Amino acid sequence: MIPHLKRNLVALLVAGGLASALTGCGAPAGISSSAGSSSSTGSSSSTGTSSSTGSQLDGPITVFAAASLKAPFTHLAHEFEAKNPGTKVTLSFAGSSDLATQIIQGAPADVFASADTKNMSKLVDAKLLDGAPRNFASNVLEIAVPPGNPASISSFADLAKPGVKVVVCAPQVPCGSAAAAVEKSTGTTLKPVSEESSVTDVLGKVISGEADGGLVYVTDVEANGGKVQGIPFPEASKAVNTYPIAAVGNSKNKALAAAFIALVTGETGQKVLSDAGFGAP
Amino acid sequence: MNKHNSHSYHGIPGWIYAVASIGGLLVILPLAAMVAKVNWAQFIPLVTSESARTALGLSLRTATASTLLCIVLGVPLALVLARGAFRGQRLLRALVLLPLVLPPVVGGIALLYTFGRQGLLGKSLELAGIQIAFSTTAVVLAQTFVALPFLVVSLEGALRSAGHRYEAVAATLGARPTTVLRRVTLPLVLPGLASGAVLSFARSLGEFGATLTFAGSLEGVTRTLPLEIYLQRETDADAAVALSLVLVAVAMAVVGLSYGRRRSRQGAAL
Repeated sequence: MIPHLKRNLVALLVAGGLASALTGCGAPAGISSSAGSSSSTGSSSSTGTSSSTGSQLDGPITVFAAASLKAPFTHLAHEFEAKNPGTKVTLSFAGSSDLATQIIQGAPADVFASADTKNMSKLVDAKLLDGAPRNFASNVLEIAVPPGNPASISSFADLAKPGVKVVVCAPQVPCGSAAAAVEKSTGTTLKPVSEESSVTDVLGKVISGEADGGLVYVTDVEANGGKVQGIPFPEASKAVNTYPIAAVGNSKNKALAAAFIALVTGETGQKVLSDAGFGAP
Repeated sequence: MNKHNSHSYHGIPGWIYAVASIGGLLVILPLAAMVAKVNWAQFIPLVTSESARTALGLSLRTATASTLLCIVLGVPLALVLARGAFRGQRLLRALVLLPLVLPPVVGGIALLYTFGRQGLLGKSLELAGIQIAFSTTAVVLAQTFVALPFLVVSLEGALRSAGHRYEAVAATLGARPTTVLRRVTLPLVLPGLASGAVLSFARSLGEFGATLTFAGSLEGVTRTLPLEIYLQRETDADAAVALSLVLVAVAMAVVGLSYGRRRSRQGAAL
C-alpha cells in the first residue's frame, strides 16, 4: 500500500514537473498574469456631477495599458468613474507587446495605451483600431542605482567603466532599444552583465543590490522612490519613447472609450501623467 | 509489483474514460495548437540561428551539470530520508520537496538572498573572490534547486519499495555499510535513480523563473533556451514557437527515454 501511494505521488509529481518543463514558460505566464491581472476600480463615489457632454455615458469599458502606466491610469480610472456615475473602468496592465498580441487574438479591450509606437502599429496594420492613435505622453531613460550608489555612478559614461555591473533591457524590448539608441548616439558601449526582458527585471536586480546600475525609465524610478536612486543623464534625450492611445475597433461602448481617451489626453490626464514623471507627448 | 492483479479487473466506469479524455486533451490540444502554428518554411533557419544554437547549447550544458549535482547531493539525501531515523526527518522531507510546489520565481528570490552579492552567503563568497550572480554557475544553482526534489522523490520511492532484506543479508555476511551501499543498495535502486536523474534533467531544461530572477539573461552566459523563447516572443512570434517546439521535442525525448527504460526494467523484474 505504502509503495503504491508513493508511486502515485511520483506519477503526480512527474506530471506536474513535465507540464512545467514542456511549456518552459510556466513562470513567465505567472509573471505576466500578475502584472496583467485585471483590476477594477469599482464604481462608487457618486459625488461628481454628470459629465458635461450630457450624453448617456454608462456601462463598463476595459482599458489595456502598458505596465508603466499603472499608477496614473488607476488614478484616472477613479476620476473617470467619479465624473461619470454608472461607468466602470476595468484596467489590465502588462507589457505592451503582450497586450497588442492579446488584442490581435481577440481580447475584449475598448482602449489600448501602448508604451511605444511599434506595438500600436501592429494594431494599425491589423486594422483593429477605431481612428488614428494619439500620442499622450513620453518617457525617457534614467540610471537607477541602489540606495547609497555603491559604484559612485554619476553619468552615462560611468556605466561603461570596468568593474561596474550594469543591467539593461534586451534590445528586443522597448527599454532595450532605447538604451541601444543612447549607446549609439553617445558612442559609449556598455558591457551589461544581463539583458533582461522587462524593466521590472532590471529594477529587481538594482533594488536587490545585485547590479550597480540599470537603465530604466524616469517613471519607474519615480514609482519605486526610496528603493532605488535615479540619476538623470542628458544623453537620454536621444531616445524618447512616445506613448500612443487609441480606441479598439470592435469596442461595444465607443462613446465611453472616446471619453476615456479625452480624459487622458486632456488637462486632467496630462497633469496626472506629469506628476508620475511622464513628459509631454 | 502487483501489475498482474490490476490487469485482471477492467471495471472502469464509462464516464471515467470521458473525463480522462478531457484531461488528456487539456494537455495535448495546446501542444497540437502550437505545432499547427509553426512556420515550417522558416523552421530550420529559425532554430539554427546563432542565438538559438547558443541558447540550446547552454541549456544542455547547464542541465547536464545540474543533473550531476542533483545526483551527488540527491542520492545521500534520499538515503537519509528513506533509511535514516532521526527527529525532524518528516520536516526535512517536506522542506526538501518544497521547490516542487514553489513558484520558480520565489525560488529565484530565495537564491538571490542566499548567493547574491548582498545575500546570506554571497557576502562571504564575494570576499573570497567568488561571484555567483549573473554567471553560468547561478543558472546551474537555480536549476539544481528546482530539480533536486525530482531525484530525491524518485529515489526515495525506489529505496522504500526495494526493502532492506538483501542489505541485511549482506551485512550479516560481514559487508561494511559503504560496501553494502555500493554493492547492494545502489544496484537495486538503479532504475529509480536513472528515472530520477532523467526527470531532473528535464526539469532543469525547462527552468525559467528562478534563472530569470537569480541569474539574469545574457547570451552565452545565462540565457538558456526558455529565456531565449521568452525574449524572442517580444519581437518574433515565429521564432518563439519554433524554439518552443525544439524544447518540447527534447523534453519528450528525455521523458520517453526514461519511461521506456522504466517499463522494460519492470518487465524484466516481473
